[in-house]
Amino acid sequence: MQALSIKNLSKTYANGNQALKGIDLSVEEGDFYALLGPNGAGKTTAIGIISSLVNKTGGEVEIFGHNIDTDLEAAKACLGIVPQEINLNLWETVGNTVTNQAGYYGIGGKLAKERVEKYLRALRLWDRRNDAARSLSGGMKRRLMIARALVHEPKLLILDEPTAGVDIEIRRSMWDYLREINEAGTTIILTTHYLEEAESLCRDIAIIDEGRIIEDARMSEILRRLHREVFVLSLKNELHEAPLLNGFETRLRDDGELEVEKGPNSEMNDLFAQLQDKGIHVASLRNKVNRLEEMFMKLVEGKEAPA
Amino acid sequence: MNIALNLVAAKTIVRKEMVRVLRIWVQTIVPPAITMTLYFIIFGNLIGRRIGTMDGFDYMQYIAPGLIMMSVITNSYGNVVSSFFGAKFGRHVEEMLVAPMSYATIIVGHVAGGVLRGLLVGSLVTIIALFFTRLEVAHPFITISIVLLSSIVFSLAGFINAVFARKFDDISIVPTFVLTPLTYLGGVFYSISLLPELWQNVSKANPILYMVNAFRYGILGTSDIGIGQAYVILIVFVVLLFSGCMYLMKRGIGIRE
Repeated sequence: MQALSIKNLSKTYANGNQALKGIDLSVEEGDFYALLGPNGAGKTTAIGIISSLVNKTGGEVEIFGHNIDTDLEAAKACLGIVPQEINLNLWETVGNTVTNQAGYYGIGGKLAKERVEKYLRALRLWDRRNDAARSLSGGMKRRLMIARALVHEPKLLILDEPTAGVDIEIRRSMWDYLREINEAGTTIILTTHYLEEAESLCRDIAIIDEGRIIEDARMSEILRRLHREVFVLSLKNELHEAPLLNGFETRLRDDGELEVEKGPNSEMNDLFAQLQDKGIHVASLRNKVNRLEEMFMKLVEGKEAPA
Repeated sequence: MNIALNLVAAKTIVRKEMVRVLRIWVQTIVPPAITMTLYFIIFGNLIGRRIGTMDGFDYMQYIAPGLIMMSVITNSYGNVVSSFFGAKFGRHVEEMLVAPMSYATIIVGHVAGGVLRGLLVGSLVTIIALFFTRLEVAHPFITISIVLLSSIVFSLAGFINAVFARKFDDISIVPTFVLTPLTYLGGVFYSISLLPELWQNVSKANPILYMVNAFRYGILGTSDIGIGQAYVILIVFVVLLFSGCMYLMKRGIGIRE
């Protein structure tokens, strides 16, 4: 079953801005799907149309088979949305925010109370349930929006940059939680600027730019297409020029670190053996850029990511 | 339409609205109580003594129903316009728009919230009025039905104002430049029989005149207009304004891009 089917979706705003130029997208039930793109690419417009907050100009959207033109209420019942911008009633308490949302989906009484407790505990907000939303930190507000989106237990959850401004520890715990609910059967669509996040979580990926889908494939397939990786080596001994290494391209950086570009057929063991032979000792190494970030930059801008 | 879902959703909106009214009671309940107390003291007690009687009633008694109706109208309107515009401004209106409840439920929920605040403040003003004058309800059904219909009309009008409003100034323009003058000219403080015929006819174009007089008829048993006319006008306004709200919500005017 398709969790989301988008056909020829277009949107032209009143000011003439053509935000979407006929995109097609298909997300299978149970998928963890990344929708990436630079700012202004059309991601948020697409999510706005799916969630019926933005009127489309043309095309069709179906959520679990429910067309948003003909069967909107059934489509909405399947969907949970975590928007990019904070859209909480800041004067409302944390508990009431989630309880009210349950009510809007027809969930009341004991079941609402159980769900509110379940999701506030899961998102580590239960202790703050009587506090006004305005008293929460930025990361807590984002977690509250996730709890609010989950309280009716949607089959499809769309998160528009859910971890923006969230510290590393909380971000990791949110990833774990999203993986958990995805494994429990919730289809998830994620937009993020943390490409490491998309690479770590998502199985499928679409890249949107200037209102068009420019890539739509398995994450593993996209990453396989990268033929090269660049590593940055911190060295124990000082070099004055980059060493020549068979099968690798090298460049000495201004800060004394060595950049090594590895081709698809070369091996890291070979790299270390050659360095060992030349008496070069490596203290540590790291990827120059995230691999997905590199691909993303190539597709969107036709250039490599900065170091 | 899933009726059970929409009933729970409507109840949720009403509860949310009541929590809001009570949370900010210093802004929602205290000011109208103080304003109306001043009206009773200044217009009723001090100036009223010199005016004497109107339509056979003490001036204080005569203006009390109008002041109660005025507080119901302004508070019903004010509640919906500020709550729904606040939700738009803070974008938490999206909580309701993404949910599978019908647009009618969103409208009815907010209108019910406006009616409840109108009735709450109206009841408080009635209690205050009883400190100054004696009120007996001559026609209870008419009193209750007129106050409910008037409150619904102005809650719906407040909803439409909120939908069109883009900034906070836009929600005070209608109350300041339309609602207050129409209320003052709607026979709250005088009988239109005191006016020259031309101005009597002009006054009859003011819908608030019918609400104030029908309510006064419910309490005192006296009115400048026919009660049947008042019901027709109120029901026509309810139907027109509700249809207008539904149209705006379906088209997404002011709430969707």
